[in-house]
Amino acid sequence: MVVIYNRGKEIFIPDFRWLFMSILSVKGLRKVYGDTTAVDGISFKVHRNEIVGLLGPNGAGKTTTINIILGVLEPNAGNITIDGLDIFSHRSKAIARTNFSAVYTPLPGNLTVIQNLRIFGRLYQVDNLSKRIEDLLVYFDLIKFRNKKCGVLSSGEQTRVSLAKSMLNNPQLLLLDEPTASLDPATARDVRVRIREFVAKGSGGVLWTSHNMYEVEEVCSRVLFLSHGKILLEGNPKTLPGEHGKKTLEELFIAVASERLTLEGS
Amino acid sequence: MSFYRIFTIVLRQLYLIRGSFSRMFPLFSWIAVDMVLWGFLTKYLNSVASAGFNFVPALLGAVLLWDFFGRIMQGVTIAFFEDVWSRNFLNIFATPLLISEYVSGLILTSILTSLVGLAVMLVIATAFFNLSFLVYGFMVIPFLLVLFLFGISLGIFGSALVLRLGPASEWFIWPIPAFISPFVGVLYPISTLPDWMQSISKVLPPTYVFEGLRAIIQGKPVSIALLGVAAVLAVVYIFLAYQFFVRIYRSALKSGLIARYSAESVS
Repeated sequence: MVVIYNRGKEIFIPDFRWLFMSILSVKGLRKVYGDTTAVDGISFKVHRNEIVGLLGPNGAGKTTTINIILGVLEPNAGNITIDGLDIFSHRSKAIARTNFSAVYTPLPGNLTVIQNLRIFGRLYQVDNLSKRIEDLLVYFDLIKFRNKKCGVLSSGEQTRVSLAKSMLNNPQLLLLDEPTASLDPATARDVRVRIREFVAKGSGGVLWTSHNMYEVEEVCSRVLFLSHGKILLEGNPKTLPGEHGKKTLEELFIAVASERLTLEGS
Repeated sequence: MSFYRIFTIVLRQLYLIRGSFSRMFPLFSWIAVDMVLWGFLTKYLNSVASAGFNFVPALLGAVLLWDFFGRIMQGVTIAFFEDVWSRNFLNIFATPLLISEYVSGLILTSILTSLVGLAVMLVIATAFFNLSFLVYGFMVIPFLLVLFLFGISLGIFGSALVLRLGPASEWFIWPIPAFISPFVGVLYPISTLPDWMQSISKVLPPTYVFEGLRAIIQGKPVSIALLGVAAVLAVVYIFLAYQFFVRIYRSALKSGLIARYSAESVS
Protein backbone atom coordinates (compact mmCIF):
# COMPACT_ATOMS: atom_id res chain seq x y z
CA MET A 1 0.00 0.00 0.00
CA VAL A 2 1.04 3.58 -0.63
CA VAL A 3 -0.01 6.45 1.65
CA ILE A 4 -0.96 9.82 0.14
CA TYR A 5 -2.14 12.87 2.03
CA ASN A 6 -5.17 14.85 0.90
CA ARG A 7 -6.05 17.91 3.04
CA GLY A 8 -4.29 16.37 6.01
CA LYS A 9 -6.03 13.00 5.66
CA GLU A 10 -4.13 9.77 5.09
CA ILE A 11 -5.39 7.82 2.08
CA PHE A 12 -4.16 4.27 1.44
CA ILE A 13 -4.05 3.07 -2.17
CA PRO A 14 -2.73 -0.22 -3.62
CA ASP A 15 0.86 -0.05 -4.85
CA PHE A 16 0.97 -1.11 -8.49
CA ARG A 17 4.49 0.15 -9.09
CA TRP A 18 5.82 -3.43 -9.14
CA LEU A 19 3.83 -4.04 -12.33
CA PHE A 20 6.00 -1.57 -14.19
CA MET A 21 9.31 -2.72 -12.75
CA SER A 22 11.49 -4.81 -15.03
CA ILE A 23 11.82 -8.36 -13.78
CA LEU A 24 15.43 -8.54 -14.96
CA SER A 25 17.81 -5.62 -15.22
CA VAL A 26 21.33 -6.14 -16.56
CA LYS A 27 23.75 -3.19 -16.56
CA GLY A 28 27.26 -3.06 -18.00
CA LEU A 29 27.79 -6.82 -17.82
CA ARG A 30 31.28 -7.90 -18.77
CA LYS A 31 33.01 -11.29 -18.65
CA VAL A 32 36.55 -11.92 -19.80
CA TYR A 33 38.30 -15.31 -20.08
CA GLY A 34 42.01 -14.66 -20.46
CA ASP A 35 42.35 -12.78 -23.76
CA THR A 36 38.78 -13.48 -24.83
CA THR A 37 35.96 -11.10 -24.00
CA ALA A 38 32.86 -13.29 -23.87
CA VAL A 39 30.44 -10.54 -22.79
CA ASP A 40 31.40 -6.96 -23.45
CA GLY A 41 29.50 -4.48 -21.30
CA ILE A 42 25.94 -5.37 -22.27
CA SER A 43 22.83 -3.83 -20.70
CA PHE A 44 19.23 -4.87 -21.19
CA LYS A 45 15.95 -5.46 -19.38
CA VAL A 46 13.20 -8.05 -19.39
CA HIS A 47 9.77 -6.78 -18.35
CA ARG A 48 6.86 -8.65 -16.83
CA ASN A 49 4.75 -10.67 -19.29
CA GLU A 50 7.44 -10.33 -21.91
CA ILE A 51 9.43 -12.96 -23.81
CA VAL A 52 12.78 -11.60 -24.91
CA GLY A 53 14.85 -13.52 -27.45
CA LEU A 54 18.62 -13.53 -26.96
CA LEU A 55 19.98 -14.31 -30.40
CA GLY A 56 23.40 -14.67 -31.87
CA PRO A 57 25.84 -17.09 -33.47
CA ASN A 58 27.63 -19.79 -31.48
CA GLY A 59 30.13 -18.18 -29.13
CA ALA A 60 28.34 -14.83 -29.15
CA GLY A 61 28.00 -14.82 -25.35
CA LYS A 62 24.39 -15.97 -24.90
CA THR A 63 25.06 -18.92 -22.60
CA THR A 64 27.69 -16.92 -20.69
CA THR A 65 25.07 -14.22 -20.07
CA ILE A 66 22.53 -16.81 -18.88
CA ASN A 67 25.08 -18.49 -16.60
CA ILE A 68 25.91 -15.14 -15.00
CA ILE A 69 22.21 -14.40 -14.41
CA LEU A 70 21.84 -17.86 -12.84
CA GLY A 71 24.66 -17.08 -10.40
CA VAL A 72 26.96 -19.91 -11.58
CA LEU A 73 29.44 -17.58 -13.25
CA GLU A 74 30.93 -14.42 -11.79
CA PRO A 75 31.26 -11.43 -14.12
CA ASN A 76 34.25 -9.07 -14.20
CA ALA A 77 31.90 -6.09 -14.07
CA GLY A 78 28.23 -5.20 -14.12
CA ASN A 79 25.06 -5.32 -12.06
CA ILE A 80 22.10 -7.66 -12.25
CA THR A 81 18.82 -7.37 -10.41
CA ILE A 82 16.02 -9.92 -10.49
CA ASP A 83 12.67 -8.64 -9.30
CA GLY A 84 14.53 -5.71 -7.73
CA LEU A 85 17.02 -7.93 -5.85
CA ASP A 86 20.74 -7.67 -6.56
CA ILE A 87 21.94 -11.19 -7.35
CA PHE A 88 25.39 -10.63 -5.87
CA SER A 89 24.27 -9.30 -2.47
CA HIS A 90 20.96 -11.26 -2.22
CA ARG A 91 21.86 -14.30 -4.26
CA SER A 92 19.62 -16.91 -2.64
CA LYS A 93 16.51 -14.70 -2.59
CA ALA A 94 17.07 -13.47 -6.14
CA ILE A 95 17.75 -16.96 -7.53
CA ALA A 96 14.60 -18.26 -5.78
CA ARG A 97 12.64 -16.05 -8.22
CA THR A 98 14.25 -17.65 -11.28
CA ASN A 99 14.50 -21.03 -12.87
CA PHE A 100 15.96 -22.37 -16.06
CA SER A 101 15.97 -25.09 -18.63
CA ALA A 102 18.90 -25.69 -20.95
CA VAL A 103 19.32 -28.33 -23.60
CA TYR A 104 22.87 -29.08 -22.42
CA THR A 105 21.92 -29.60 -18.75
CA PRO A 106 19.66 -32.62 -18.34
CA LEU A 107 18.46 -33.56 -14.87
CA PRO A 108 20.30 -36.47 -13.20
CA GLY A 109 19.53 -39.59 -15.21
CA ASN A 110 19.81 -41.87 -12.16
CA LEU A 111 16.73 -40.39 -10.46
CA THR A 112 13.14 -40.87 -11.59
CA VAL A 113 11.06 -38.01 -12.97
CA ILE A 114 9.13 -37.63 -9.72
CA GLN A 115 12.29 -37.83 -7.58
CA ASN A 116 14.01 -35.13 -9.64
CA LEU A 117 10.97 -32.86 -9.45
CA ARG A 118 10.71 -33.43 -5.70
CA ILE A 119 14.40 -32.69 -5.08
CA PHE A 120 14.43 -29.49 -7.12
CA GLY A 121 11.02 -28.42 -5.80
CA ARG A 122 12.39 -28.75 -2.28
CA LEU A 123 15.55 -26.79 -3.16
CA TYR A 124 13.28 -23.96 -4.36
CA GLN A 125 11.09 -24.51 -1.25
CA VAL A 126 7.91 -24.72 -3.31
CA ASP A 127 4.70 -24.58 -1.26
CA ASN A 128 2.30 -27.49 -1.64
CA LEU A 129 4.94 -29.27 -3.69
CA SER A 130 3.11 -32.58 -4.29
CA LYS A 131 0.17 -30.80 -5.92
CA ARG A 132 2.46 -28.59 -7.98
CA ILE A 133 4.34 -31.65 -9.26
CA GLU A 134 1.12 -33.45 -10.18
CA ASP A 135 -0.13 -30.37 -12.04
CA LEU A 136 3.13 -30.10 -14.00
CA LEU A 137 3.18 -33.83 -14.81
CA VAL A 138 -0.25 -33.39 -16.38
CA TYR A 139 0.65 -30.09 -18.05
CA PHE A 140 3.75 -31.54 -19.75
CA ASP A 141 2.16 -34.93 -20.44
CA LEU A 142 4.61 -36.77 -18.17
CA ILE A 143 2.21 -38.85 -16.06
CA LYS A 144 3.23 -42.16 -17.63
CA PHE A 145 6.93 -41.40 -17.06
CA ARG A 146 6.64 -40.36 -13.42
CA ASN A 147 8.48 -43.43 -12.08
CA LYS A 148 10.91 -43.79 -14.99
CA LYS A 149 14.53 -42.80 -14.52
CA CYS A 150 15.27 -39.65 -16.47
CA GLY A 151 18.27 -41.30 -18.12
CA VAL A 152 16.07 -43.74 -20.05
CA LEU A 153 13.77 -41.07 -21.48
CA SER A 154 14.10 -39.79 -25.03
CA SER A 155 15.74 -36.39 -25.45
CA GLY A 156 12.34 -34.82 -26.10
CA GLU A 157 10.88 -36.36 -22.93
CA GLN A 158 13.92 -35.20 -20.94
CA THR A 159 13.40 -31.68 -22.27
CA ARG A 160 9.79 -31.77 -21.07
CA VAL A 161 10.94 -32.91 -17.61
CA SER A 162 13.48 -30.10 -17.57
CA LEU A 163 10.77 -27.59 -18.52
CA ALA A 164 8.50 -28.98 -15.78
CA LYS A 165 11.37 -28.50 -13.32
CA SER A 166 11.89 -24.95 -14.58
CA MET A 167 8.28 -24.05 -13.72
CA LEU A 168 8.15 -25.72 -10.30
CA ASN A 169 8.53 -22.44 -8.41
CA ASN A 170 6.40 -20.32 -10.76
CA PRO A 171 9.52 -18.26 -11.50
CA GLN A 172 9.32 -14.54 -12.05
CA LEU A 173 12.19 -14.90 -14.48
CA LEU A 174 12.43 -17.99 -16.65
CA LEU A 175 15.69 -18.56 -18.53
CA LEU A 176 15.43 -20.91 -21.47
CA ASP A 177 18.58 -21.83 -23.39
CA GLU A 178 17.50 -23.49 -26.66
CA PRO A 179 14.56 -25.23 -24.96
CA THR A 180 13.17 -26.75 -28.16
CA ALA A 181 16.47 -27.77 -29.77
CA SER A 182 15.91 -31.50 -29.35
CA LEU A 183 12.15 -31.57 -29.92
CA ASP A 184 10.18 -32.66 -32.97
CA PRO A 185 8.16 -29.84 -34.60
CA ALA A 186 4.85 -30.85 -33.02
CA THR A 187 6.28 -31.12 -29.49
CA ALA A 188 8.23 -27.90 -29.99
CA ARG A 189 5.01 -26.12 -30.90
CA ASP A 190 3.31 -27.51 -27.76
CA VAL A 191 6.21 -26.25 -25.64
CA ARG A 192 5.97 -22.78 -27.21
CA VAL A 193 2.25 -22.71 -26.44
CA ARG A 194 2.87 -23.66 -22.82
CA ILE A 195 5.54 -21.03 -22.32
CA ARG A 196 3.35 -18.35 -23.84
CA GLU A 197 0.56 -19.44 -21.48
CA PHE A 198 2.99 -19.22 -18.57
CA VAL A 199 3.80 -15.63 -19.50
CA ALA A 200 0.21 -14.64 -20.22
CA LYS A 201 -1.24 -16.09 -17.00
CA GLY A 202 1.45 -15.03 -14.53
CA SER A 203 3.53 -11.94 -13.93
CA GLY A 204 6.88 -13.35 -14.99
CA GLY A 205 9.18 -12.70 -17.92
CA VAL A 206 11.24 -15.03 -20.09
CA LEU A 207 14.71 -14.75 -21.59
CA TRP A 208 14.88 -17.24 -24.47
CA THR A 209 17.77 -18.26 -26.67
CA SER A 210 17.16 -20.14 -29.89
CA HIS A 211 18.64 -20.65 -33.32
CA ASN A 212 15.18 -21.25 -34.79
CA MET A 213 14.25 -17.84 -36.20
CA TYR A 214 10.72 -18.96 -37.09
CA GLU A 215 10.20 -19.86 -33.44
CA VAL A 216 11.69 -16.59 -32.21
CA GLU A 217 9.43 -14.56 -34.49
CA GLU A 218 6.40 -16.49 -33.25
CA VAL A 219 7.19 -16.33 -29.54
CA CYS A 220 9.28 -13.28 -28.70
CA SER A 221 7.94 -9.76 -28.36
CA ARG A 222 11.47 -8.35 -28.48
CA VAL A 223 14.87 -9.67 -29.55
CA LEU A 224 18.47 -8.78 -28.73
CA PHE A 225 21.12 -9.67 -31.29
CA LEU A 226 24.37 -10.54 -29.60
CA SER A 227 27.67 -10.87 -31.44
CA HIS A 228 31.18 -11.00 -30.00
CA GLY A 229 29.70 -10.25 -26.59
CA LYS A 230 27.94 -7.04 -27.62
CA ILE A 231 24.30 -6.27 -28.30
CA LEU A 232 24.24 -5.09 -31.91
CA LEU A 233 20.50 -4.80 -32.49
CA GLU A 234 17.34 -4.73 -30.43
CA GLY A 235 13.71 -4.61 -31.47
CA ASN A 236 10.53 -6.32 -32.52
CA PRO A 237 11.37 -9.54 -34.41
CA LYS A 238 8.57 -8.86 -36.89
CA THR A 239 9.71 -5.39 -37.89
CA LEU A 240 13.45 -5.55 -37.23
CA PRO A 241 14.41 -7.32 -40.50
CA GLY A 242 12.64 -4.65 -42.61
CA GLU A 243 14.31 -1.86 -40.64
CA HIS A 244 17.69 -3.26 -41.70
CA GLY A 245 16.83 -4.06 -45.32
CA LYS A 246 16.35 -7.79 -44.80
CA LYS A 247 13.34 -9.92 -45.68
CA THR A 248 13.40 -12.35 -42.77
CA LEU A 249 14.78 -12.65 -39.28
CA GLU A 250 16.99 -15.49 -40.50
CA GLU A 251 18.55 -13.24 -43.15
CA LEU A 252 19.16 -10.64 -40.50
CA PHE A 253 20.69 -13.27 -38.20
CA ILE A 254 23.10 -14.39 -40.93
CA ALA A 255 24.01 -10.79 -41.65
CA VAL A 256 24.71 -10.08 -37.98
CA ALA A 257 26.77 -13.25 -37.69
CA SER A 258 28.88 -12.66 -40.78
CA GLU A 259 28.81 -8.91 -41.44
CA ARG A 260 29.08 -7.39 -38.02
CA LEU A 261 30.80 -4.21 -39.13
CA THR A 262 28.30 -3.48 -41.91
CA LEU A 263 25.41 -3.70 -39.50
CA GLU A 264 27.19 -1.70 -36.83
CA GLY A 265 27.61 1.06 -39.38
CA SER A 266 23.99 0.95 -40.58
CA MET B 1 20.79 -21.78 6.46
CA SER B 2 17.74 -23.88 5.70
CA PHE B 3 17.55 -27.35 7.27
CA TYR B 4 14.86 -28.17 4.72
CA ARG B 5 17.32 -27.67 1.86
CA ILE B 6 20.10 -29.46 3.79
CA PHE B 7 17.84 -32.48 4.22
CA THR B 8 17.00 -32.32 0.50
CA ILE B 9 20.67 -33.02 -0.28
CA VAL B 10 20.42 -36.04 2.05
CA LEU B 11 17.12 -37.11 0.48
CA ARG B 12 18.72 -37.17 -2.97
CA GLN B 13 21.39 -39.55 -1.67
CA LEU B 14 18.76 -41.73 0.01
CA TYR B 15 16.86 -41.99 -3.29
CA LEU B 16 20.06 -43.05 -5.01
CA ILE B 17 21.03 -45.62 -2.36
CA ARG B 18 17.51 -47.00 -2.03
CA GLY B 19 17.24 -47.71 -5.71
CA SER B 20 20.69 -49.16 -6.27
CA PHE B 21 22.21 -52.37 -4.91
CA SER B 22 25.62 -51.25 -6.18
CA ARG B 23 25.44 -48.22 -3.89
CA MET B 24 24.04 -50.11 -0.89
CA PHE B 25 26.53 -52.99 -1.04
CA PRO B 26 29.74 -50.95 -0.48
CA LEU B 27 28.25 -49.35 2.65
CA PHE B 28 29.11 -52.53 4.54
CA SER B 29 30.86 -55.02 2.24
CA TRP B 30 34.51 -53.90 2.47
CA ILE B 31 34.38 -53.22 6.15
CA ALA B 32 32.72 -56.59 6.74
CA VAL B 33 35.57 -58.25 4.84
CA ASP B 34 38.06 -56.26 6.95
CA MET B 35 36.39 -57.39 10.16
CA VAL B 36 36.48 -61.05 9.13
CA LEU B 37 40.09 -60.87 7.92
CA TRP B 38 41.42 -59.07 10.99
CA GLY B 39 39.14 -61.06 13.28
CA PHE B 40 40.71 -64.36 12.22
CA LEU B 41 44.20 -62.85 12.26
CA THR B 42 43.77 -61.72 15.87
CA LYS B 43 42.40 -65.14 16.80
CA TYR B 44 45.45 -66.75 15.27
CA LEU B 45 47.82 -64.31 17.01
CA ASN B 46 46.10 -65.01 20.34
CA SER B 47 46.71 -68.73 19.84
CA VAL B 48 50.44 -68.43 19.05
CA ALA B 49 51.46 -65.48 21.24
CA SER B 50 52.20 -65.65 24.92
CA ALA B 51 49.16 -65.88 27.15
CA GLY B 52 47.92 -62.73 28.80
CA PHE B 53 47.85 -60.34 25.85
CA ASN B 54 44.59 -60.10 23.95
CA PHE B 55 45.06 -59.00 20.32
CA VAL B 56 41.34 -58.57 19.71
CA PRO B 57 40.85 -55.15 21.31
CA ALA B 58 44.33 -54.00 20.20
CA LEU B 59 44.15 -54.93 16.54
CA LEU B 60 40.52 -55.64 15.64
CA GLY B 61 39.33 -52.65 17.67
CA ALA B 62 41.88 -50.40 15.95
CA VAL B 63 40.93 -51.65 12.50
CA LEU B 64 37.25 -51.11 13.30
CA LEU B 65 37.90 -47.51 14.35
CA TRP B 66 40.07 -46.89 11.29
CA ASP B 67 37.40 -48.30 8.97
CA PHE B 68 34.86 -46.04 10.67
CA PHE B 69 37.11 -43.06 9.88
CA GLY B 70 37.41 -44.18 6.25
CA ARG B 71 33.63 -44.59 5.93
CA ILE B 72 33.07 -41.08 7.29
CA MET B 73 35.48 -39.55 4.79
CA GLN B 74 34.12 -41.54 1.87
CA GLY B 75 30.56 -40.78 2.95
CA VAL B 76 31.24 -37.11 2.20
CA THR B 77 33.22 -37.64 -1.00
CA ILE B 78 30.88 -40.23 -2.53
CA ALA B 79 27.87 -37.97 -1.91
CA PHE B 80 29.82 -35.21 -3.68
CA PHE B 81 30.90 -37.54 -6.51
CA GLU B 82 27.24 -38.32 -7.24
CA ASP B 83 26.92 -34.72 -8.48
CA VAL B 84 30.18 -35.09 -10.40
CA TRP B 85 29.11 -38.33 -12.08
CA SER B 86 25.67 -37.02 -13.04
CA ARG B 87 27.05 -33.61 -14.18
CA ASN B 88 24.63 -31.95 -11.84
CA PHE B 89 26.58 -28.89 -10.70
CA LEU B 90 24.86 -26.41 -12.99
CA ASN B 91 21.41 -27.68 -11.98
CA ILE B 92 22.15 -27.72 -8.28
CA PHE B 93 24.18 -24.50 -7.93
CA ALA B 94 21.66 -22.51 -9.99
CA THR B 95 19.10 -23.03 -7.20
CA PRO B 96 18.80 -20.95 -3.98
CA LEU B 97 20.93 -23.60 -2.20
CA LEU B 98 23.77 -22.04 -0.21
CA ILE B 99 27.22 -23.60 -0.33
CA SER B 100 27.10 -24.07 3.46
CA GLU B 101 23.81 -25.97 3.07
CA TYR B 102 25.31 -28.15 0.35
CA VAL B 103 28.35 -29.08 2.46
CA SER B 104 26.13 -29.67 5.52
CA GLY B 105 24.01 -32.01 3.41
CA LEU B 106 27.10 -33.98 2.40
CA ILE B 107 28.15 -34.27 6.07
CA LEU B 108 24.69 -35.39 7.20
CA THR B 109 24.64 -37.99 4.42
CA SER B 110 28.01 -39.26 5.60
CA ILE B 111 26.77 -39.60 9.19
CA LEU B 112 23.84 -41.73 8.09
CA THR B 113 25.77 -43.98 5.71
CA SER B 114 28.64 -44.41 8.20
CA LEU B 115 26.24 -45.46 10.95
CA VAL B 116 25.18 -48.39 8.75
CA GLY B 117 28.82 -49.41 8.37
CA LEU B 118 29.53 -48.97 12.07
CA ALA B 119 26.54 -51.13 13.00
CA VAL B 120 27.64 -53.93 10.65
CA MET B 121 31.22 -53.80 12.00
CA LEU B 122 30.03 -53.92 15.60
CA VAL B 123 27.79 -56.90 14.93
CA ILE B 124 30.58 -58.90 13.25
CA ALA B 125 33.29 -57.91 15.72
CA THR B 126 31.23 -58.60 18.83
CA ALA B 127 29.23 -61.63 17.66
CA PHE B 128 32.02 -63.55 15.94
CA PHE B 129 35.25 -62.34 17.52
CA ASN B 130 34.21 -61.33 21.07
CA LEU B 131 35.33 -57.72 20.71
CA SER B 132 33.71 -55.80 23.54
CA PHE B 133 33.67 -52.02 23.55
CA LEU B 134 33.35 -52.19 27.31
CA VAL B 135 37.14 -52.70 27.29
CA TYR B 136 37.57 -49.09 26.18
CA GLY B 137 34.90 -47.76 28.57
CA PHE B 138 33.53 -44.28 27.94
CA MET B 139 36.70 -43.35 26.07
CA VAL B 140 35.20 -44.89 22.98
CA ILE B 141 33.00 -41.79 22.67
CA PRO B 142 35.85 -39.26 22.28
CA PHE B 143 37.70 -41.78 20.08
CA LEU B 144 34.76 -41.96 17.66
CA LEU B 145 34.19 -38.21 17.86
CA VAL B 146 37.78 -37.32 16.93
CA LEU B 147 37.81 -39.80 14.04
CA PHE B 148 34.43 -38.54 12.89
CA LEU B 149 35.56 -34.89 12.88
CA PHE B 150 38.82 -35.66 11.07
CA GLY B 151 37.00 -37.87 8.53
CA ILE B 152 34.62 -34.99 7.79
CA SER B 153 37.50 -32.56 7.30
CA LEU B 154 39.30 -34.89 4.87
CA GLY B 155 36.04 -35.56 3.02
CA ILE B 156 35.46 -31.84 2.49
CA PHE B 157 39.10 -31.33 1.49
CA GLY B 158 38.93 -34.22 -1.01
CA SER B 159 35.71 -32.88 -2.51
CA ALA B 160 37.31 -29.46 -2.94
CA LEU B 161 40.28 -31.04 -4.71
CA VAL B 162 37.99 -32.85 -7.17
CA LEU B 163 36.01 -29.67 -7.72
CA ARG B 164 39.24 -27.90 -8.61
CA LEU B 165 41.00 -30.63 -10.61
CA GLY B 166 38.05 -32.22 -12.40
CA PRO B 167 36.23 -35.57 -12.42
CA ALA B 168 39.30 -37.71 -13.23
CA SER B 169 41.04 -36.56 -10.05
CA GLU B 170 38.72 -38.62 -7.86
CA TRP B 171 41.44 -41.30 -7.94
CA PHE B 172 43.60 -39.02 -5.81
CA ILE B 173 40.95 -39.15 -3.11
CA TRP B 174 40.34 -42.88 -2.62
CA PRO B 175 43.85 -43.69 -1.27
CA ILE B 176 44.01 -40.78 1.21
CA PRO B 177 43.23 -42.98 4.29
CA ALA B 178 45.90 -45.46 3.16
CA PHE B 179 48.47 -42.65 2.84
CA ILE B 180 47.68 -41.41 6.35
CA SER B 181 47.52 -44.78 8.14
CA PRO B 182 51.29 -45.34 8.53
CA PHE B 183 51.62 -41.96 10.28
CA VAL B 184 48.79 -42.32 12.78
CA GLY B 185 49.89 -45.69 14.19
CA VAL B 186 46.73 -47.68 13.67
CA LEU B 187 48.51 -50.96 14.36
CA TYR B 188 51.69 -49.89 16.18
CA PRO B 189 52.86 -47.17 18.61
CA ILE B 190 54.17 -44.08 16.86
CA SER B 191 57.40 -44.44 18.86
CA THR B 192 58.17 -47.16 16.29
CA LEU B 193 58.38 -44.49 13.58
CA PRO B 194 61.44 -42.40 12.68
CA ASP B 195 61.49 -38.86 14.04
CA TRP B 196 60.38 -37.14 10.82
CA MET B 197 57.32 -39.40 10.61
CA GLN B 198 56.53 -38.79 14.27
CA SER B 199 56.53 -35.03 13.60
CA ILE B 200 53.77 -35.56 11.03
CA SER B 201 51.93 -37.96 13.35
CA LYS B 202 51.64 -35.26 15.99
CA VAL B 203 49.51 -33.01 13.78
CA LEU B 204 47.15 -35.82 12.78
CA PRO B 205 44.25 -36.22 15.26
CA PRO B 206 43.79 -40.02 14.81
CA THR B 207 47.30 -40.54 16.24
CA TYR B 208 45.99 -39.60 19.71
CA VAL B 209 43.04 -41.96 19.36
CA PHE B 210 45.17 -45.00 18.57
CA GLU B 211 47.78 -44.12 21.21
CA GLY B 212 44.92 -43.79 23.70
CA LEU B 213 43.44 -47.10 22.63
CA ARG B 214 46.73 -48.90 23.21
CA ALA B 215 47.16 -47.16 26.58
CA ILE B 216 43.80 -48.54 27.76
CA ILE B 217 44.72 -52.07 26.68
CA GLN B 218 48.03 -51.82 28.54
CA GLY B 219 46.19 -50.59 31.63
CA LYS B 220 47.73 -47.11 31.45
CA PRO B 221 45.77 -43.85 31.81
CA VAL B 222 44.62 -42.07 28.66
CA SER B 223 45.69 -38.46 28.35
CA ILE B 224 42.43 -36.50 28.21
CA ALA B 225 44.44 -33.37 27.44
CA LEU B 226 45.95 -35.00 24.34
CA LEU B 227 42.53 -36.20 23.22
CA GLY B 228 41.32 -32.63 23.69
CA VAL B 229 44.19 -31.45 21.48
CA ALA B 230 43.15 -34.03 18.89
CA ALA B 231 39.53 -32.80 18.95
CA VAL B 232 40.63 -29.16 18.64
CA LEU B 233 42.97 -30.07 15.76
CA ALA B 234 40.13 -31.92 14.02
CA VAL B 235 37.77 -28.94 14.41
CA VAL B 236 40.47 -26.62 13.04
CA TYR B 237 40.92 -28.96 10.05
CA ILE B 238 37.16 -28.91 9.39
CA PHE B 239 37.23 -25.12 9.42
CA LEU B 240 40.25 -25.02 7.10
CA ALA B 241 38.79 -27.66 4.77
CA TYR B 242 35.51 -25.74 4.53
CA GLN B 243 37.35 -22.49 3.82
CA PHE B 244 39.33 -24.34 1.14
CA PHE B 245 36.11 -25.69 -0.42
CA VAL B 246 34.51 -22.23 -0.45
CA ARG B 247 37.65 -20.74 -1.99
CA ILE B 248 37.72 -23.39 -4.73
CA TYR B 249 33.98 -22.90 -5.35
CA ARG B 250 34.40 -19.13 -5.68
CA SER B 251 37.35 -19.60 -7.97
CA ALA B 252 35.21 -22.01 -10.07
CA LEU B 253 32.50 -19.33 -10.27
CA LYS B 254 35.05 -16.88 -11.64
CA SER B 255 36.69 -19.28 -14.07
CA GLY B 256 33.39 -20.73 -15.32
CA LEU B 257 34.31 -24.24 -14.16
CA ILE B 258 30.95 -24.82 -12.45
CA ALA B 259 29.11 -24.27 -15.71
CA ARG B 260 31.57 -26.33 -17.75
CA TYR B 261 32.70 -28.87 -15.18
CA SER B 262 32.82 -31.90 -17.46
CA ALA B 263 35.58 -30.16 -19.43
CA GLU B 264 37.79 -30.56 -16.29
CA SER B 265 39.58 -27.29 -17.08
CA VAL B 266 38.61 -23.96 -18.57
CA SER B 267 42.04 -23.24 -19.98
